[in-house]
Amino acid sequence: MSGIDIAENQPESFAFTPENMAKADAIIAKYPEGRQASAVMPLLDLAQRQHDNWIPLAAIDVISEKLNMPRIRVLEVATFYTMYNLKPVGKYFLQACTTTPCWLRGSDQVMKCIKDKLGLDNHQTSEDGMFTLLEVECLGACANAPILQVNDDFYEDANYENTAKLLDALKKGEVPPVGSLSGRNVSEPEKGAQTLLSYKDNEAARSYDAKISAGETGEK
Amino acid sequence: MLRDEDRIFTNLYGWFDWGLEGARKRGDWSTTKQILTRSPEDIVEDVKNSGLRGRGGAGFPTGVKWSFMPKEVKDKPHYLVVNADESEPGTCKDREIIRNDPHKLVEGCLIGGYAMRATAAFIYIRGEFYNEAMRLQAAIDQAYEAGLIGKNACGSGYDFDVILHRGAGAYICGEETALLESLEGKKGQPRLKPPFPAGVGLYGSPTTVNNVESIAVVPEILRRGPQWFADLGTPKNSGTKLFCISGHVEQPCNVEEEMGIPLKELLEKHCGGVIGGWDNLLAVIPGGSSVPMMPKSVCDDVIMDFDTLRGVGSGLGTAAVIVMNKQTDIVRAIARLSYFYKHESCGQCTPCREGTGWMYRVMDRLVRGEAEVEEIDALYEVTKQIEGHTICALGDAAAWPIQGLLRHFRPEVERRIAARKAGEPVIPVMEAAE
Repeated sequence: MSGIDIAENQPESFAFTPENMAKADAIIAKYPEGRQASAVMPLLDLAQRQHDNWIPLAAIDVISEKLNMPRIRVLEVATFYTMYNLKPVGKYFLQACTTTPCWLRGSDQVMKCIKDKLGLDNHQTSEDGMFTLLEVECLGACANAPILQVNDDFYEDANYENTAKLLDALKKGEVPPVGSLSGRNVSEPEKGAQTLLSYKDNEAARSYDAKISAGETGEK
Repeated sequence: MLRDEDRIFTNLYGWFDWGLEGARKRGDWSTTKQILTRSPEDIVEDVKNSGLRGRGGAGFPTGVKWSFMPKEVKDKPHYLVVNADESEPGTCKDREIIRNDPHKLVEGCLIGGYAMRATAAFIYIRGEFYNEAMRLQAAIDQAYEAGLIGKNACGSGYDFDVILHRGAGAYICGEETALLESLEGKKGQPRLKPPFPAGVGLYGSPTTVNNVESIAVVPEILRRGPQWFADLGTPKNSGTKLFCISGHVEQPCNVEEEMGIPLKELLEKHCGGVIGGWDNLLAVIPGGSSVPMMPKSVCDDVIMDFDTLRGVGSGLGTAAVIVMNKQTDIVRAIARLSYFYKHESCGQCTPCREGTGWMYRVMDRLVRGEAEVEEIDALYEVTKQIEGHTICALGDAAAWPIQGLLRHFRPEVERRIAARKAGEPVIPVMEAAE
């Protein structure tokens, strides 16, 4: 897959906080008995969230013990999936999608803006540790392309200008509203939907209850 | 245009409450208990009769897939696994279902699970959809709290759990057996088939993997009756479909439409048309990045359903329509997809692991014309060597976009090579090559 780098400077130990340990136990309990290995992905995620958005090798050990899995199996999972960071990333982890649907809508301009404003190329972290840039593959929000993901949140309909504004806000410690940067409602057409309009102001019309009582639903 | 009364995803744009109360107003969970009094065979029969074909890309009849599950539960429990690892470039419909209409999916899990005698549904959602996963988990929690799922679901006497599992960034986990591997806590590398998941699936148990949209439409089909769904669309391609339109249209969007809608109508009615007008259209990828593109001449009157698109050498896939107008560098557009497949190859099968990188490197040179004309044939030949020679369909998916490019735009690729050789600047020509 992606050839993930592992940090050279590693903390000596890692332990889940009591709160996260309780969460880990609850996650493990979701899966059938004897299938606790299924919890490896959520536990890696939990460790990453606890540890400044990256997973130290000591956490791999803790998880492998917790799940009774060989250490290499946990490391294998941690290196296979792109979302696990095995080295430190900036406070704001920028993941810019540049796959074809985003590229057609101008993801080059988003990348250029990040370069202009922050001086970052792919895989680089700013000197102050505030920003890391990663070029990623399709984020699955193509009707709102281009997408710039900041930590967990998608910023959509990005262009040079609104990306610049977003980065300025983040620098100031502000978190602009998540979603479309152009102010569009989800993936509705920009100038308004052509569909569902008869329901828009009439909640009752959306209910099937009336149709069911009238025997119009084909219910057996 | 599809009538609003026939639309399933009435909260597609999140205008209303996504929660249980809002979902109930929209009719979700209204007759679930009655549906669960019917026999599983009866429900499967209705889904078959509705003509519903899988919405994840392959278009296999959902009811038939369900009927492959063992008719009796023996020593191992049955599972339903919902594929919410939406990652096919161009595709963004399941995200809207999950964040705006999550109860349709949860209810569908219960009914589909019951029809296959499953004890639980696992929903595998891509890791990047963090906020969407939180929303879906909240909907699942609401459903548990209201007694709709869990022990004695809906008061039916049937016990059913719904478990949400987040992925962590791997396109390959959208392949059903890779998804199962991932769910078991391993690297997401596809399994050899047979055995098929219906025999040996998750944890070695009989399992069916369905796309989010396939599951989410089931409650509505059962409420309104299979004939209602079958009457929509075209023969053998029934029902409604969420279309995701991206790229060079005035207003990219998601929209629910009837199967078989003409492509031109879809783009002009809902998306404000192609940027620069219809005559400025170069090509369309109609079903997500894995299907071959269609040049404008085909787009003019093609209708959007599985069989028609297959007939013109493409496919409906996930109905993710990627529109490219004449200002597109078409070679680069496809080269970028080649990079995508190189990045996402899981590395298990040699033809794909080596081939996707090889194809990308050649495509990258073709963008700038740095190649010999013979290499175009070599590239085509390699795509044919990869296609069909890997465990899963990622190899095919990596090959087809390139085949589509060479089929329809070979003169443009050759022109760049010639320009390079002549020492002229290699500027992409903004015209269809046919």
